[in-house]
Amino acid sequence: MNRLFIIVITVFITVISCRKTEPSLPADSQMLDGPVEGLTASQAQQFLRGDAAFNDQVFTKETGLGPLFVSASCGSCHAGDGKGHPFTTLTRFGQSDSLGNTFLASGAPQLQNRALPGFDPEHIPAGAPFSKFTPPANTGMGFIDAVTDEDIIAMSDPDDADGDGISGVPNWITLKSYVVPRVGSINKNGHHIGRFGKKSGAYDLVQQTAAAYNQDMGITSTYEPFDTYSGQAIDPEISNQTLLDVVFYLKTLKAPIQRNANSADVVNGKALFLQAGCGKCHVSELKTGASPVAALNYKTFYPYTDLLLHDMGAGLDDGYTEGNAKTSEWRTPALWGLGLSKNSQGGVYYLLHDGRANTIEEAILLHGGEALGSRNKYNALTAKEKQQLITFLESL
Amino acid sequence: MKKLFLVLPFTLLAAAAMAQIDSTLLRRKPKDAAANALNMNAVYNRPFLSVAKLPVALGGYVEANWQHLGTNGVTEGHQFQMRRMSLFVASTVYKRIKFLSEIEFEDGAKEISLEYAALDMEVHPLFNIRGGIVLNPIGAFNQNHDGPKWEFVDRPISATQLLPDTWSNVGFGVYGKKYQDSWVFAYEAYVTNGFDDRIIDNREGKTFLPAAKQNPARFEESFNGVPLITAKAAIRNKRIAEVGLSYMGGIYNKFQDEGVVLDARRRVDVMALDMNTTLPKLNTAITGEWAWISVDVPATYTQQYANKQRGGFIDFVQPVYKRSLMGFEKSVVNAACRVEYVDWNVGKFEVTGGNIADHLLAVVPALSWRPTSQTVVRLNYRYSWKTDVLGNPPIKTAGFQLGFSSYF
Ligand code: HEC
Ligand code: HEC
Repeated sequence: MNRLFIIVITVFITVISCRKTEPSLPADSQMLDGPVEGLTASQAQQFLRGDAAFNDQVFTKETGLGPLFVSASCGSCHAGDGKGHPFTTLTRFGQSDSLGNTFLASGAPQLQNRALPGFDPEHIPAGAPFSKFTPPANTGMGFIDAVTDEDIIAMSDPDDADGDGISGVPNWITLKSYVVPRVGSINKNGHHIGRFGKKSGAYDLVQQTAAAYNQDMGITSTYEPFDTYSGQAIDPEISNQTLLDVVFYLKTLKAPIQRNANSADVVNGKALFLQAGCGKCHVSELKTGASPVAALNYKTFYPYTDLLLHDMGAGLDDGYTEGNAKTSEWRTPALWGLGLSKNSQGGVYYLLHDGRANTIEEAILLHGGEALGSRNKYNALTAKEKQQLITFLESL
Repeated sequence: MKKLFLVLPFTLLAAAAMAQIDSTLLRRKPKDAAANALNMNAVYNRPFLSVAKLPVALGGYVEANWQHLGTNGVTEGHQFQMRRMSLFVASTVYKRIKFLSEIEFEDGAKEISLEYAALDMEVHPLFNIRGGIVLNPIGAFNQNHDGPKWEFVDRPISATQLLPDTWSNVGFGVYGKKYQDSWVFAYEAYVTNGFDDRIIDNREGKTFLPAAKQNPARFEESFNGVPLITAKAAIRNKRIAEVGLSYMGGIYNKFQDEGVVLDARRRVDVMALDMNTTLPKLNTAITGEWAWISVDVPATYTQQYANKQRGGFIDFVQPVYKRSLMGFEKSVVNAACRVEYVDWNVGKFEVTGGNIADHLLAVVPALSWRPTSQTVVRLNYRYSWKTDVLGNPPIKTAGFQLGFSSYF
C-alpha cells in the first residue's frame, strides 16, 4: 500500500522536474515575433506593454470599437506579426492620380466594411478605383524606420540612368500634422519620403499606427481624432502612451533570422536571385543611421527591399494609388521572413499586395513592368535552378 | 401576449411532466434524506452539516492547486491558486418549502458572487416550483460543478469558455421527477434573465457566451426584457446510463430602448446532450457533454464572431485501487482521462471558402486519490493545442497540476 504511494510520488517528482513535459520554445529563426537583442530593462518593459496592446487588446463597443471598422485588434490582422490572410485584407479606394483622393466624402481612403449592430458598413461607391491590401509582416520595422533618406535616394534611379529598365522612386508624401520628421529628413517642395505601406504612403510608424487604430478599428487618438463614421473630432479612445508603446514595440521587433543559409541549394539560389536581377529591387543589404535603441544604431541588415516604388506593369495595376505614386507602382516588399509566411496565413501563401499569388513562383510570374526583364531571366532558368531560387527565398 | 409567453412554458411543461436533469442527483446515491424529501436537485445533493435541531444546514467546498504550465516554451513558473471556495446554506422553511443559497469566492476574493439563492416549493413530486437565482440547466456541468465531484483541476473548457459555467440568473421555474422500476424521468424548465450583446462584443474577440457573466446587472434587470428559456429532460436507467437533453435560448441584443427600435431581435440558442454511465464489472465511470450553439450575428459584423459553435468533453474514470491507504480505510485511487474539444467558430470564410479554425483540443490524463468520497487529491497532466481563426500552427500548452478539492 505505501509502496504504491512511494511509487506515485517518485514518478511525480521525476516527471515534473523534467521540463520535457512542456512544449519547447520554437527556435528563434522559426518565429517572427520577439524583440531585438540588447534592450535595456525599461525598453524591455515598454516592448512588453506594446506587445500586450498590439496582440491582446481587443476593442469592444465600450472601449471605442467602430462604429465602422475592419477588425477589432491589431493582432487579429497581424497574427504572430506575420503576413495576413484574405480574411483580414483591407480595401482602399478613391484615388487614381497624384491630385489626391476624390472620394473622401464617401469614406475614402479606407473601406470600413464592418459595423457594429445597428450601423451600416461602407460600400465602395460606384466608379471609385480600389485596391485590396493583404497585411504585410511587421518584422524588423525599426531597422526600416532607421534607414536614412540619403540611402533611399541613393538607391533610386528615376530616369533609369543605368539603362537596366529599372527606375525606382520614393513616394514623396505630404506629412500629417502630427508627424515629427526624423533628424536629417529630406524635404522636397514640402514633401517627404514615405516608407511604410504598400504604396509607401506612410512616413513613419507613428503615422502607420495612429492610422491603423483609426481606420482599421475606429479608434480615435489625439493624433487621429476624427471618428470615421461621424467625421467629427471625438475624445481619444486610446492614450498617447499606449499608441507610443505600440510604436516602440513595432520598432523593436527583431529582424527575421535566415534558416539553412549555408545549404548548397540556398547558396546557389541566392546567386541565381542576384543573377536574375531580383536584387536590384529586392536589395539584400541596407544599413541604419543613428538610433536611440542600441540594436538599431548604425546596423547592417538584410531585408531584400529598396523601399522604393516600381512600376510593376498593367497586371498589378488596380487603378488605385496613394500620395504621388502611380497606380501601377508598388513599394518593393521586404522578402525577409517570406518562408515563415504560411505560419501566419493559415498554412498557404497569399503573396503580392492583395494576396493573389498562392505560391512564390506565381508571385514571380506576375511581375511585369520594370521587373519584366527579371521575370524573363527567371523563366529562362532550368527547373532545378528555379527550385534553388525558391529554396533560397524560403530560407529568408 | 407577453404574459402568455411566460405562462405557456410553465403550463406546457407541467402537462408534459417528464424528465428532469440533475445528473448529480441521479448519479450519486442520495445519502442524505433531505434530497429525497424535496424533489431532488444537484444543488441539494451535497454533504450538509446540520447542528442538532436547527432547521439550517451548512456546507461548502474548497479547491486549491499548484500548477506549472508552459506555452510554446514560455512558462509562468510555479503557480499556487486558490480557485474557489463556496459556502452553502440550506434551510427547511416549512414541510415542503426549502431554501438554498450558495456564495462563491473565486481566486481569493477577487470575484464574489451569489451563485445560487432559490426557494423551492413542492406541490407534487412531479411539480415543484423554484424561484430566485437559479442555475440554468444547460448540459450537466453547470448544475453539477462542485469541485470535489471531478478528478480534474480545471473545469472543462466547454463549460468555462464555450458555455458559461455556473451560469446563474434570476428567474422562476418548475421541475419534477418520476421513478418507475429502474427508470427515472425528470424535467426542469425555467424562465430567467439572460444574455446580452457582450457575447459578440468582448475582449476575447470571438463569440463568447461566458462574456455575459460580466454583466452583474443581470440580477436586477433583463438586458432586453425577453426571458431566457432553459429546459431540460433527462432519463436514467439504473443499470444503463443517464442521458440528458437540454435547450437554452433567447434574445441577446437590445433591439429596442425607450420604445425606439434599434435592431432586429437576435437570438442565441444552445442545445446540449449529456450522458453518464458506469460500465458494469470494470466500474469505469464515463461522463460526457456536448453543446451546439447558434447565434444570430449581424451580417455587417466580422466573421471573427461565429454564428455557430460546438464543443464538449468526455471523462473516463477508472478506479484502480480500493483499499485502505495511509490510514484512510475507504480510499479509492482512480486513473482518469479527459478529452475535450471546443470549436469557437464553425464555418467557412466568405472570402476564401476555407475552414475557419479557432479551436482547442486538450487531453488530460489524471490520477486521483479519494481518501473519502468527499475529498479528492488530483494530479493532472494537461496538454492542449489551441489553433487561431486562420488555422495557423497551434499554440501548445502543457504541464502538471496538483491540487485538492473537498467538501467541508
Ligand atoms: C484589418 C486588418 C488590420 C488591422 C486591424 C491592422 N492592420 Fe496593420 N496592416 C494591415 C494592412 C492590410 C496593411 C498594409 C497597408 C498598407 O500597405 O498601406 C498593414 C500595414 C501595417 C504596417 C506597415 C507594414 C509595412 O511593411 O509597411 C504596420 C506597421 C502596421 N500595419 C501596424 C498595425 C498596428 C499597430 C495595428 C493596430 C493599431 C494594425 N496594424 C492593425 C492590416 C491591418
Ligand atoms: C522592378 C523591381 C522588382 C524586381 C526586379 C523584382 N521584384 Fe519582386 N516584387 C517587386 C514588387 C514591387 C513587388 C510587390 C508587387 C505587389 O505587391 O503587387 C514584388 C513582390 C515579390 C514577391 C512577393 C512578396 C510578398 O511579400 O508578397 C516575391 C516572392 C518576389 N517579388 C520575388 C522576386 C524575384 C524572385 C525576383 C527576381 C526574379 C523579383 N522579385 C524581381 C519588385 C521587384
